[in-house]
Amino acid sequence: MDKNSNQRVSNRPPNYNTWVGVFCVFVVIVTGMFYYATQKIEYNWRWNRVPIYFAYEDIIDIVSDIEGEVESITAKGDEAVITVKGIDESKSYRVPAESVQVDDGEIISYADTLATFTEWRPGLLVIGLWITLKISIIATIAGIIIGIIGGIARLSSNPAFKWTTIVYVEIIRGSPLMVQILIWYFVFGTVINDLLAANGLGRLPAFWYGVASLACFAGAYVTEIVRAGIQSIHRGQTEAARSLGMSYAQSMRYIILPQALRRILPPLAGQFISLIKDSSLLGIIAIRELTKAAREVVSASLQPFEVYILAAILYLVLTFTLSMAVQKLERRMAVS
Amino acid sequence: MIDVQKINKTFHVPHEVKALVDVSTKISAGEVVVVCGPSGSGKSTFLRCLNRLEKADSGHILIDGIDVLGQKTNINKLRAEVGMVFQSFNLFPHKTVFDNVTLAQRVVRKRSKNASGEKANALLKKVGIQDKAGAYPDNLSGGQQQRVAIARALAMDPKVMLFDEPTSALDPEMIGEVLDVMKTLAREGMTMVVVTHEMGFAREVADRVIFMDEGAIVEVGTPEHFFTNPTHERTKLFLSQIL
Repeated sequence: MDKNSNQRVSNRPPNYNTWVGVFCVFVVIVTGMFYYATQKIEYNWRWNRVPIYFAYEDIIDIVSDIEGEVESITAKGDEAVITVKGIDESKSYRVPAESVQVDDGEIISYADTLATFTEWRPGLLVIGLWITLKISIIATIAGIIIGIIGGIARLSSNPAFKWTTIVYVEIIRGSPLMVQILIWYFVFGTVINDLLAANGLGRLPAFWYGVASLACFAGAYVTEIVRAGIQSIHRGQTEAARSLGMSYAQSMRYIILPQALRRILPPLAGQFISLIKDSSLLGIIAIRELTKAAREVVSASLQPFEVYILAAILYLVLTFTLSMAVQKLERRMAVS
Repeated sequence: MIDVQKINKTFHVPHEVKALVDVSTKISAGEVVVVCGPSGSGKSTFLRCLNRLEKADSGHILIDGIDVLGQKTNINKLRAEVGMVFQSFNLFPHKTVFDNVTLAQRVVRKRSKNASGEKANALLKKVGIQDKAGAYPDNLSGGQQQRVAIARALAMDPKVMLFDEPTSALDPEMIGEVLDVMKTLAREGMTMVVVTHEMGFAREVADRVIFMDEGAIVEVGTPEHFFTNPTHERTKLFLSQIL
C-alpha cells in the first residue's frame, strides 16, 4: 500500500496538475450537461423537499376515547397525566407537560383533542436504509458461516459432503438471484409458513426469507472463495501441523483457516459489497429495503430524480464504508 | 524402537512410480541413522511413511510397539511422539516463533500456558534463538527458521525425531548452525532418522548409514564401512559423485 503511494508520487507524469484539472472540468461538464438537459425537459428539482424522507416532525394529537369531564391534570416532571371521568368509566392519558390543550373541569366530548405535540420520526429512506443494513449484516454473517463449512466440505474426500457442496454451488451460481428470491418466498415460504400454521405457530415474515435467499446466494460464492483460499495454503503447513499430532480439525482451525481467511479477505469484501447491492432485489417480496422505500417515496413525492440519485448515494455510502473497513483490517493483519 | 517390515509404496499420480519396494529395517532407541541416496531413491517417502504422512500400501511399521498402519491406531497420538523437521521448515507464518513452539503443546499435549511457555523458552535457548521469541518466521534467516522448527518438534517430547533433508534449503553458511543443534541432540541420546546429503554429519554422528536407490535399501552399515569400504557398485558410484 505504502509502496504504491510512494510510486505514485515519484512517477508523476509531466503536467500532473493540468490533468487533474482536466478531470475536474470533465466531471463538472458532465454534471452540468445533465442538469441542463433536465432543465430542457422542465424537471423541477426540489432538493429542499428531500430531508423529510430522512426525518420529519410528526404532529400527534391525543384525543379522548370517551365523553366526560377532565377530572385532574397532574404534572410529573416533563410529563402530565390527564384523567377524563366519564359516566361509568375514567381514562388517563400520559402526555408531554407542555402539550396539554385542556383545563381542569373542562367538558370533553368523544374525539376531542386533549393534547398536541410534535415528535421526530425516521423518514422512509432511513427506514429502508436500516432494513438494508440489517439484512446485509445478518446475511453476511450467515454467508461466511455457510462459506467456511462449504469450503471445507468441498475439499472433503467424502463424496456425500463433496457432491452436496458441488450441487449447491452449481445450482446457486447457475440461476438468477431474482428467481431464487421468488422461490424462497413463494415456494419455501409457503411450505414453511403453512407447516408453521398447521402446528399453531406464527408466520415467518418476508424479511427472513430475504435474508435466507441472500445468505444462500452469497454462501455459494464464499464457498468457492474459501476453497480457493484453503488450497492456496502450502501443503507443508498441513503436514507440519499433522506431524505435531494435531487432528484435521485442529490443523484447520489453528493453522489453515487463519492463513486462508487473511488471504481471501479482498475477494470476500467484493462478495459482500455485491450482497449489499443485491439486497435491492428484495423489494419484489415486499421487504421495504432502501430501493423499495425509494420507490414508495417517488410515488408519493413524484421526485424520481432526487430520490433515486439519493438512493444510489446511500448504497455507495454503505459499500464504501465496508471496503474501507476491510482495507483497514487487511492492513492491521499484514502488520502481525 | 522402530521396526519396519517389508513396506511398499507406489505413487499413481502423475504416473506410476514404485517409491518403496520391500523396505525393511530396525532402528533401536538412541540410534542415529542417516538415510542417503540419489534423488528419487525413495528416502523421503520412507521417512514420511514412518509417521504416516504417506501411507504405505503394504507391510508393517511398529514404533515403540505401536502399529503405525493399524486401522485402530490413534495416528495423532502417535505423531505427537514422532517429531518431524522438514526441508522447507514449514513454520506457521501467522504465529510468532514463541507461538509456533507452544501451539501444539497446548492443543495436543493440553499443557497450561505457563508450562508450554517455559518449555518453549528452554528449547529456544537450547537452539540459540531465545531473543527471537517474539519475531515472525518471515523475519528470520533460513538457519534460524530451521532451528525454530527443531524446537517446535522437540516441544512435544518426542521419542523419535525424523529429519527430511533439514539443510538442503539453506544457504551454505547456515548449514553449520543447524547441524550443530542436531549433533547436540544426537549426543543427548535422541533416536534420530535423518535424510541428508551432509556426508560430514553422517561420518561424525551416525551409528548407521542406509543407502537407498530406486525404492530399495541397497546397503546398510556403519559410517566407517560405508565410506571406506562400500561393497555395492551403486554405493561406490553415488559416493564418487558426491564426495
